[in-house]
Amino acid sequence: MALLSVNDLTMRFGGLVANDRIGFDVEEGAIFAVIGPNGAGKTTLFNAISGALTPTSGEVRFDGQIITGRPQHAVAGAGLVRTYQLVQLFADLSVRDNVAVGFHRVSRGGVFAALFRPGWARAQEAHVAEKTRDLLEFVGLSGVADMPAGKLPYGQQRLLEVARALAAEPRLLLLDEPAAGLNTQETAALADVIERINGRGVTVLLVEHDMSLVMKVARRIVVIDFGRKIAEGSPAEIKVHPDVLAAYLGGTEAVADDGAEPAHA
Amino acid sequence: MISRVSTSTDRPWRALLPVAVVLGVMAFGLTSSGYVVTVIGFAAIYGIFCTGLNFFMGYTGQASFGQNAFAALGGYGTAILCGNHYWDPLAAFLVSMVFAGLVAYLVGLPTLKLRGHYLAMATFALGLITYEISIEWNGLTQGYMGISGIPPLGVWKFELANEKQMLVALTLLMLLGVWISVRLRDSRFGRALRAIAGSEPAARALGIDVARYKLAAFVIAALYASAAGSLFAHFVGFISPEVFGAAMVIQSFTMLFLGGIGTTWGPIVGAIMVLMLPEFLRGLKELQDVVYSMALIALLIFAPKGLAGLGSLFARRPKAPVPTPSGAPARAIAK
Repeated sequence: MALLSVNDLTMRFGGLVANDRIGFDVEEGAIFAVIGPNGAGKTTLFNAISGALTPTSGEVRFDGQIITGRPQHAVAGAGLVRTYQLVQLFADLSVRDNVAVGFHRVSRGGVFAALFRPGWARAQEAHVAEKTRDLLEFVGLSGVADMPAGKLPYGQQRLLEVARALAAEPRLLLLDEPAAGLNTQETAALADVIERINGRGVTVLLVEHDMSLVMKVARRIVVIDFGRKIAEGSPAEIKVHPDVLAAYLGGTEAVADDGAEPAHA
Repeated sequence: MISRVSTSTDRPWRALLPVAVVLGVMAFGLTSSGYVVTVIGFAAIYGIFCTGLNFFMGYTGQASFGQNAFAALGGYGTAILCGNHYWDPLAAFLVSMVFAGLVAYLVGLPTLKLRGHYLAMATFALGLITYEISIEWNGLTQGYMGISGIPPLGVWKFELANEKQMLVALTLLMLLGVWISVRLRDSRFGRALRAIAGSEPAARALGIDVARYKLAAFVIAALYASAAGSLFAHFVGFISPEVFGAAMVIQSFTMLFLGGIGTTWGPIVGAIMVLMLPEFLRGLKELQDVVYSMALIALLIFAPKGLAGLGSLFARRPKAPVPTPSGAPARAIAK
């Protein structure tokens, strides 16, 4: 059974159909990418999967459970953790604390545990501190652990966001345009990190505009254009798919010509 | 090696500076007499109030203009239960707190769905409503007249006889309040609150139930406010609607921002500063208010993060981070 299953997902904003009956399955252990030109509806799809938006129709199943319409923190609680296209860090918190917050899902304790610090709470804090160090090392940010997160250069902010998401021990990690704003070097570093994350057993779904990153890391790709899925396959198949070429090489007439273009407003 | 930004662990003396200031002022209060003791007592009470408000406005980053409502609940709870019904002060104190917490919970459930300006307006309305009730419900609150003859703080048959004993009790309670604030801040709970202040979408994406944590911070702030209200009633022996009016909101905001919002000792430092500064300026007569305002503005310009953050001025400036050699993050735990 697929870990994530998107079925007939439609997202309508008034007259605009941002996602039109999109469906695909992400197998456990995959690195799966959703690509498409600007405005294709990638981020909307992403928001609908992660619970930030409730789709107009269709359903999203995660590990067999329907998660459509659940609040976002509950979706995250189930093990589906996302990052944002525009980095959303806790700017005033230190790099270390940013990652520590990430452990929220996999730790417990409220006001009473904080006040009286029973043995298990102290052990948990020590565990969080240790795992935080490990994660910072994993993404190469150990040297800046005490910096306020907002002071990091952009590339490192991206890595920090990934480390923080990993702290939540996701089963499925959703990365929303992780390479946006990164230079070639930083993108290569990110690709490396994504592959090593996958190597630890985390399924990765990324929405991406940067073809170099996608072609390098993704095993399977879905292409959407004007809200519709136009192709699905391996990177090699996608590279030569005529509809994909048309969409990416500015062949809008080719797409419009087949008369299937009501969503393009 | 990158120089570290100040944290409570690496340079303890700097973190202890505000603590030393606070304890110094309290000690000064104990060796003084009369009016000075009263002013410092007020500072302790306001310190407790602001420490609570700091949970909601500092750690969690939400705006509440209506925290005076909960101070009024505590104040009137104590006044009515102790003054009219001869309850034990501690019992009245706790019952008022529970009641204020309950009201905060019920009010917070719908109100905290609002954000930014709308939340500020709604909470402001809460303060106004409480104020109106305390004026109009004559049978319970004696309206503008207020309630007098509230006994001093005490437990069972032991009563705090004079202002200095009272000041010791207030200081201890204030320190307890700060201790709770410190413990809660550095925990899973406190991290969740501070995450919400940083970015609600990110907090949600990490599985934090944002609404629930905001509500928790709001209730905690109300418990502190109620405690401060009760202590005020015992300390002065008299309360009226004006005590818990809109002026209280403005004064507590000044304290919070001046002392350092979001820091653990800032609210206390701010409370002491705002209440003591006018006393030092008393000799200036008609210029007093002008100099006071100028001092506040100067402090906000030169210490924008508040007085509690002033210690960091002595720190070496953190250098800009050195980008890691890209493409080669440590492979330490890649499995």
